[in-house]
Amino acid sequence: MRFSARTWKAGDNINTDLILPNRAFYLTPQEQTQFVFSANRPGWSDLVVKGDILIGGHNFGMGSSRPAARSLRNLGLACLVAESINGLFFRNCVNFAFPAMECPGVAAAFVEGDVAEVSFEDATIVNRRTGVRLLGKSMPAELRAVVAAGGLFPLLEQQGYIASRASA
Amino acid sequence: MGMTIAEKILARASGRERVAAGDLVTVQVHTTVLFDNNFMPNNWPDVRRIDHPDRVVVILDHRVPAPTIQAAGAHVTARKFVERFGIERFHDVGQRQGICHQVVADEAYALPGTILVCSDSHTCSAGALNCVARGVGGPDVFFAACKGETWFRVGSTVRYELRGHLRPGVTAKDIFLHIAGLYGAHATQNIEFGGPALAGLSISARKTLATMGAELSCEFATFECDDLLLDYLRSRTSAAFEPQHPDADADYAEVRVIDLDTLEPLVALPDSVVNNSRPLSEVAGTTIDQAFIGSCANGTLEDLHLAARVLTGRQVSPKVRLIVTPGSQRVYLEAARDGTLAQLVESGALVTNPTCGACGGGHMGVLGPEETCITASTRNFKGRMGDPSSRVFMGSPATVAASALAGVIADPRRYLP
Ligand code: SF4
Repeated sequence: MRFSARTWKAGDNINTDLILPNRAFYLTPQEQTQFVFSANRPGWSDLVVKGDILIGGHNFGMGSSRPAARSLRNLGLACLVAESINGLFFRNCVNFAFPAMECPGVAAAFVEGDVAEVSFEDATIVNRRTGVRLLGKSMPAELRAVVAAGGLFPLLEQQGYIASRASA
Repeated sequence: MGMTIAEKILARASGRERVAAGDLVTVQVHTTVLFDNNFMPNNWPDVRRIDHPDRVVVILDHRVPAPTIQAAGAHVTARKFVERFGIERFHDVGQRQGICHQVVADEAYALPGTILVCSDSHTCSAGALNCVARGVGGPDVFFAACKGETWFRVGSTVRYELRGHLRPGVTAKDIFLHIAGLYGAHATQNIEFGGPALAGLSISARKTLATMGAELSCEFATFECDDLLLDYLRSRTSAAFEPQHPDADADYAEVRVIDLDTLEPLVALPDSVVNNSRPLSEVAGTTIDQAFIGSCANGTLEDLHLAARVLTGRQVSPKVRLIVTPGSQRVYLEAARDGTLAQLVESGALVTNPTCGACGGGHMGVLGPEETCITASTRNFKGRMGDPSSRVFMGSPATVAASALAGVIADPRRYLP
């Protein structure tokens, strides 16, 4: 998994209510993406282009178990690289197939709009403007396999446990 | 080096001799709890097969009774699922209703030494029962329900050694606010609670602390097992279990001693409870529109008793809506029987049926633009309880009750003997 694209930045302690607010609760997964950061950065979701990379601060994704990682994925973001990622949110990233990496120092190394090159195999992120290269925490191979498989729902589907993918 | 409680439980459930921080383990899940949100059309994957239906519990709680057609539809899907797989432990809207984490404690569905998952972040609540429990996401809760297993990254453990006694008007919620204010997030870490003060902390108080572990972003928040817990469990279940105790030489990332005698009532300012606690005196006098007591953290009988002690013989300010939501029908019934509900209503509180309700901003107490609320619940994120411009302070049930009387954030010790 390698990505190269323009970056957006989010701050510290970004919580799941900011990514997927209650107001979007009954909408379809695709409709829910319009509400990402609507409370703290109205209009932002319209600016995201497919393949963009999100750079987060500390404790990214704190909060509830709601499928907020699915919203970031469905918004078209390629991956998340953050100073640190909330454990529950990280589970949702893996299990909804949204590549996510913890990388101390990443917030300071990027100005919004910088182009990043991210490799999950090497656990690295490079800032193309400054040339700075940072080593993140590598995702265990077992979990990378889950991401590569499209998350847990496709696995359950193949094994006959579920009929359809709620991950759409 | 020895193992912490969480490490011991994870080792047992993964069939390993030992685990240590940094390991990735696949574990048997003893109990999987599904709730109404799992059955919403945008989350429900149409389950066709389940390996161990006897390990699955279904509890409808977040939006009950159904406030919308969509919520009602999710309930219908849940009932069909329960019927199809013969799930016995089903808490439908009605007689057995309650917030899932309160029901898990009421019914002792979480047992010492076991692993429990649910796709609600406050699942760590069951850690009060010497259980390794955590909130997982939608995909992994269905994976666990279907196949009876899941994966965990093993984190390091911070132990809180509790000493002394809480003073009147100071509660477990204040212990939490103290920890959150002083130490902030515990991401990737387990929290373990023990120490001599445990004997004086009720199961409800422990449950408040364990539940609030979600706000600290910890992996698990687990309590030691003692006689109080054993008595509690034996009065509720005949199931066998093996409590797990930490080794004397367990490898802790840090041991932090908290002297309960030194604590004061605290309040978290709006938008976050991490690194955001203040002494009550700093915010006293802030005008409020709504006061809420409830949720999986503060909807216990003990919480209702405490609120009633503050309120009895006094009237809620006419400018404030005090909403009290018992955590479960069991709590509700006990509070009705012992007169607590009558005291609350006489003082002007609005007592609702058990549900998540105002805590999640789903129904029964949603905040309007620019409104201010003080809540004894779990979370005060921007916009969580209603309009994004509303402000939510967090305190103990005693502080919330006192504030409802005063119409402004107020110190409960004024009203307690
Ligand atoms: S009471 Fe609040 S925190 Fe607890 S499960 Fe319900 S919505 Fe979540």
